[in-house]
Amino acid sequence: MKIHEYQAKALLTQYGIPVPRGNVAFTPGEAREVASEIGSKVVVKAQAYAGGRGKAGGIKTANSPKDAEKAASQLIGTRLATHQTRPEGVPVSRVLVEEASNVARELYLSILVDGASRLPVMMASEAGGMEIESIAESTPERIFRSYVDPAIGFQTFQGRKLAYKMNLDGGQIGEAARLMMNLYRLFMDKDCSLAEINPLAVTADEKLLALDAKLSFDDNALYRHKDIWELQDKEQEEPLELQARDWGISNYVKMDGDIGCMVNGAGLAMAVNDLIQYCGGRAANFLDIGTLNNTERVVNSFRMFVADHRIKAVLVNIFGGMARVDVIARGIVEAYQQLNIPFPVVIRLAGTNLEEGHRILAESRIGFISAKDFYDGARKVVESAKGAVK
Amino acid sequence: MSILVDKSTRLLVQGITGSEGSFHTQRCIEYGTRVVAGVTPGKGGSKHLGVPVFNTVEKAMIETEANASLMFVPPAFAADGILEGIEAGMPLVVCITEGIPALDMVKVHRYLKGKSTRLIGPNCPGVMSPGKCKAGIMVGEIHLAGNVGVVSRSGTLTYDVVSQLTGLGIGQSTCVGIGGDALPGSTFEDILTLFQADRDTKAVVLIGEIGGTMEQEAAEFISSKMTKPVVAFVAGSTAPPGKRMGHAGAIITGSAGKASEKITALSRAGVTIAPTPAEVGLTAKKVLQSL
Repeated sequence: MKIHEYQAKALLTQYGIPVPRGNVAFTPGEAREVASEIGSKVVVKAQAYAGGRGKAGGIKTANSPKDAEKAASQLIGTRLATHQTRPEGVPVSRVLVEEASNVARELYLSILVDGASRLPVMMASEAGGMEIESIAESTPERIFRSYVDPAIGFQTFQGRKLAYKMNLDGGQIGEAARLMMNLYRLFMDKDCSLAEINPLAVTADEKLLALDAKLSFDDNALYRHKDIWELQDKEQEEPLELQARDWGISNYVKMDGDIGCMVNGAGLAMAVNDLIQYCGGRAANFLDIGTLNNTERVVNSFRMFVADHRIKAVLVNIFGGMARVDVIARGIVEAYQQLNIPFPVVIRLAGTNLEEGHRILAESRIGFISAKDFYDGARKVVESAKGAVK
Repeated sequence: MSILVDKSTRLLVQGITGSEGSFHTQRCIEYGTRVVAGVTPGKGGSKHLGVPVFNTVEKAMIETEANASLMFVPPAFAADGILEGIEAGMPLVVCITEGIPALDMVKVHRYLKGKSTRLIGPNCPGVMSPGKCKAGIMVGEIHLAGNVGVVSRSGTLTYDVVSQLTGLGIGQSTCVGIGGDALPGSTFEDILTLFQADRDTKAVVLIGEIGGTMEQEAAEFISSKMTKPVVAFVAGSTAPPGKRMGHAGAIITGSAGKASEKITALSRAGVTIAPTPAEVGLTAKKVLQSL
């Protein structure tokens, strides 16, 4: 789960990490008030779950409260499209207004869990302001890593070593080490999946300041962080994905094709999408219905397909293990009874209680296309989708 | 032979009295697995499905000589259950549970260092040596005993691949689901090491997916240490970057996480890549015929 920059900065402040003075504003008027409280040149930053806001025009400077109001009015209520968002962008409903800083150097700092070592790792670089992926690709030697033993946590000496590597000056070494220890504490306390300060500024008066902050959280751990869960801004989510979650389908990802897919299991669902592309079609979504032994999620999956006007054909591919094929079949029949299904549906079933599943579908007399295996299913759904175009 | 589980496996089920635990324990027993104990704190002294239930893993091991554990403990308590198994000296822990917080697993991995336990999973279908032992939730009937090892990050995709193999008359030595999390207990490399050493495994089928670098590490191991042929498929070629595709570990964050990068690394290591997920069985058949 992601949160906005101003929320991330509030958490940094709680953990003793310095951020520029500022506040969130939901209206241009509020932006003006915040700017006059600050009383100097400010930066007005569109709040959106997207990187690359600066280049996309989402960050403006303002010399007066009046300018801040104007800048906010140009951002609030618009959509911001960056290289990280879909072309239509994400809505901007609020801005962060904060004091403009006099920056001497921009550093990079982040913590995440490293998959290979299975340890938290603090990453630091002098190449702040750039995206870490591009630093890693162009100049990997400019990223310094310090792995953390979770039994004892991040230690001061680790922070000192990284600070020296980033060529910080004497007085800043201790400050940087403390900042890193605080960031580690935040990362662990809140079950972050990423805690990133980029850039971490060294100001003209030689202080460290988190100019931008990105925190994301482990979805699996949100049950123990109600405070974080409440920060979620649903408007930033893809509407179809949000709808899917409301209907109990947590593993739904919108894709850019026209073939609806309903599959059990994430690996199989990815493989189905790959196979559809191989057969010359494109999936409209990734949908793992998971293990279920009730029909509701099947009906709701069909509801998703009906709600998604791009859909020209649907492929159901179920390999029953924990999930029972007969339950899925019953769900499909219920979907046909409850909804007006305007597109052809290709069904491939295998696994637990297969015969019963086939019997239910056959007796229902719904007009579906049967597929004998996975490949057959992909081929048939691609053909069906093309037929629907005619 | 086979790896991890066989006729000598004496299985303990952690969370045996829960609904999933009960359902799958019953199926493991029906398959012929020797389930010798169950553990549910507070229910020690009772019997469930004819199996004695204990309060602690340690007590169950002393009383029944269980040598492998299958876990169905809910995500919030699962890491604790794994730690209990490690502390008791359980040689093999297979964790089915999906949704364990990543930082809980960081703790588990730290505690595992220097200990004798091998962890499979979490978020996996388990381990199956056809005809010998089923320690997991996979469908028993689709398997056939034989000489191909299967290792996979996925559940149902593995079922499909296994039934392709069985349909072509290609049996399996052991099928290992290492799970869809970002921090699995055992990696591809760990399981390939076991398959390489197993007399009865002649070839290996590897099912990878987007996210992380485990396939690249497997490729390195295959090119430097493995003499047995490997067939692979990597799911997620069409997945968009930055989106979690169901599995916690299936998310493209850097270029290394892309399917194309993994496929390139595996091909360079001499692995035969199945062109589609529907042709893994056929690809394995060709490779076996050329041996």
